[in-house]
Amino acid sequence: MHLRRNKDEKTIGLVLAGAMVLSLAACGQGNGGSAQDDGTTFRIGGIGPLTGNNAIYGNAVMNGAQMAVDEINADGGINGVQLEFDFQDDESDAERAVNAYNQLKDWGMDMLVGTTTSSPCEAVVARSNEDNMFQITPSATSVNSIQYENAFRMCFSDPSQGTASADYIAENGLASKIGIIYDSSDTYSSGIASAFESEAQAKGLEIVSKEAFTGESNTDFSVQLQKAKDAGAELLFLPIYYTQTALILAQADTIGFEPLIFGSDGFDGILDVDNFDKSLAEGVMFLTPFSTNSTDELTQNFVQKYEEQFGGTPNQFAADAYDSVYVIKQAAEQAGLTADMSASEMCDALKTAMTEISFTGLTGKDIQWGADGEPQKAPIVVQVENGEYQILQ
Amino acid sequence: MKTKKISKFAQTNLITYGIAAAAFIVVEIMLLTGSMSSLMEGLLVPLCTYAILAVSLNLTVGILGELSLGHAGFMCVGAFSSAFFSVCVGDAFGSDLFRFVIAILIGAVTAGIFGLIIGIPVLRLRGDYLAIVTLAFGEIIKNVINALYVGRDSKGFHISLSPLTLEPDGKMIINGAQGLSGTPNDSTFIIGFILLLMTLFIVLNLIHSRTGRAVMAIRDNRIAAESVGVNITKYKLLAFSVSAALAGIAGVLYAHNLSTLTALPRNFGYNMSITILVFVVLGGIGNIWGSMIAAVILTLLPEMLRGLNDYRMLIYAIVLIVLMLFNWSPGARTFRARLKEKVGRHKQTEEVK
Repeated sequence: MHLRRNKDEKTIGLVLAGAMVLSLAACGQGNGGSAQDDGTTFRIGGIGPLTGNNAIYGNAVMNGAQMAVDEINADGGINGVQLEFDFQDDESDAERAVNAYNQLKDWGMDMLVGTTTSSPCEAVVARSNEDNMFQITPSATSVNSIQYENAFRMCFSDPSQGTASADYIAENGLASKIGIIYDSSDTYSSGIASAFESEAQAKGLEIVSKEAFTGESNTDFSVQLQKAKDAGAELLFLPIYYTQTALILAQADTIGFEPLIFGSDGFDGILDVDNFDKSLAEGVMFLTPFSTNSTDELTQNFVQKYEEQFGGTPNQFAADAYDSVYVIKQAAEQAGLTADMSASEMCDALKTAMTEISFTGLTGKDIQWGADGEPQKAPIVVQVENGEYQILQ
Repeated sequence: MKTKKISKFAQTNLITYGIAAAAFIVVEIMLLTGSMSSLMEGLLVPLCTYAILAVSLNLTVGILGELSLGHAGFMCVGAFSSAFFSVCVGDAFGSDLFRFVIAILIGAVTAGIFGLIIGIPVLRLRGDYLAIVTLAFGEIIKNVINALYVGRDSKGFHISLSPLTLEPDGKMIINGAQGLSGTPNDSTFIIGFILLLMTLFIVLNLIHSRTGRAVMAIRDNRIAAESVGVNITKYKLLAFSVSAALAGIAGVLYAHNLSTLTALPRNFGYNMSITILVFVVLGGIGNIWGSMIAAVILTLLPEMLRGLNDYRMLIYAIVLIVLMLFNWSPGARTFRARLKEKVGRHKQTEEVK
């Protein structure tokens, strides 16, 4: 590593500086060049990870929301106004999410369906609150994701999921000795785990082991499982995503550990994991707002359409996003929005309308919102039986 | 020949400050005339952050000649210590600017101390040990913060490695993997730019001082430097901890630009350290303004490519490879030299005419 000063350096500098000026110029153009909101449509923006580790969730949200937008447009729009939809990638990173938000603002966004994941949502909600932009997140579960009054949530928050799970286990007397394995590097997982722990203790359940793993060591769970087994856990609470669950189930089977398994909504999709022995998932229970096996017409139509359009079974992220767009529709109709309103005026009108509506969609019936933005809805508990999801409640 | 008397150092200094000043003026004009998009406006603070990171890493890699793969770790330390301070203080100071200045100092000092702690054992060794140790340091810091719970209630501060139960009036400040939220948005472009100028000032002056010459002497020939009485460990430590402290400042800017702070592989992991190293390598090892410009381009590029949707990351990677080859491959270098010669000859013949 030597400091070399030669003529080359100057050329490089010139090239680099030239590139910088060009890109700066491009930024300036971006503003003037992009089509401004001409006040004849509602522009809905979406943000989520389309690349990186969490891409599956961002893509599901994008597809779900796109489907709803297409349907609404085919039906004549909201109050006769057509919708436009643009979805930006944030790689599940707070800084990128703010960039994506700014990009959508340049596009002329009127309301935001997003963001998909929690931590970016906290960063974006601070900006959208400054701008007074209406925001409904389909799937950001942390409490602070919707800490301002312009933001609402479609899914359960982390604490409410943990609490609901503990209540369900206690009320149905599923077990008294409980082991927890959670991802300490994930806000979703650790948020649910800590709420579950305090509620379980309040309900007289005994937590016999609580073991963590991190996003970088999420393939070998033998230590955590052995500890839970040695502590005599009758039920294993796993507030994690299905990819890790599949591994845990297989590894528990190897060491001959057969507790009841109870999980959070991240379990949704476990039966679709490649090379996974589905018989291991028999009897697994989890909390979910949405199940593809629901027999109601709305869900069946959604699942069928989704499969046709995008291939693959929709998960709850897609359902949450689909519902979010319809919630905007219902609230906008309630508030009597017109396309010539500014984003800030729309936000004020929608904020009031949100507390007045009662919404029925894929992820719940008669959902109502308080001014804090949290949805009031009953969780569904699903159990795997004969390789199918069965609704218990 | 008289005009050429301006020393080579002064010339590079002039170029460096000139580029920064020109960029500042362009941005300010665009801001004043309102021709800047929100996306670009939102990117101004990150651009300053990454430029500071690149310049500070160049001090370690280019001037000191040691490879550091944990620069994001120092950034992380600066970010969390300063954000912790800002959240704790809240509005007690009355002035946001004053709180931010103190936060910057805290971030810089904490990161600098960590640099010193890492440097003391490692910089005594010969070979690429620093790379390995800093790599480990970055990962350790990230994991420790992910397991750290700090809360405050009427009984004072509580620190633990497992979730805390606080008094009813208590508030979690660092909540394990959920990180720290509610950091005030104090970072502005003006402050970011002033910090960048300060960084440039510190680094350039360090390079062109007695200390800097000693550091470069160690880099170029350790034995020779030792034989003329240069205190190797002292100068190495000095350069390394200054570099760490500057990375801490970048962390402060980063933390106070977003209201949420989590230590993810994405923002504070070794991926980020490598990204910063890429800025340095692309801009030229030891070339301060080169790394500054490279940081700006490589931060802007993925955002500028948003219009390409799915192909964004693919094109970003291709552009990176092309830029790298164009700048540094031997073939491209000779091609450029030949081109330059031709242009030069062309000019000469025109002058003759």
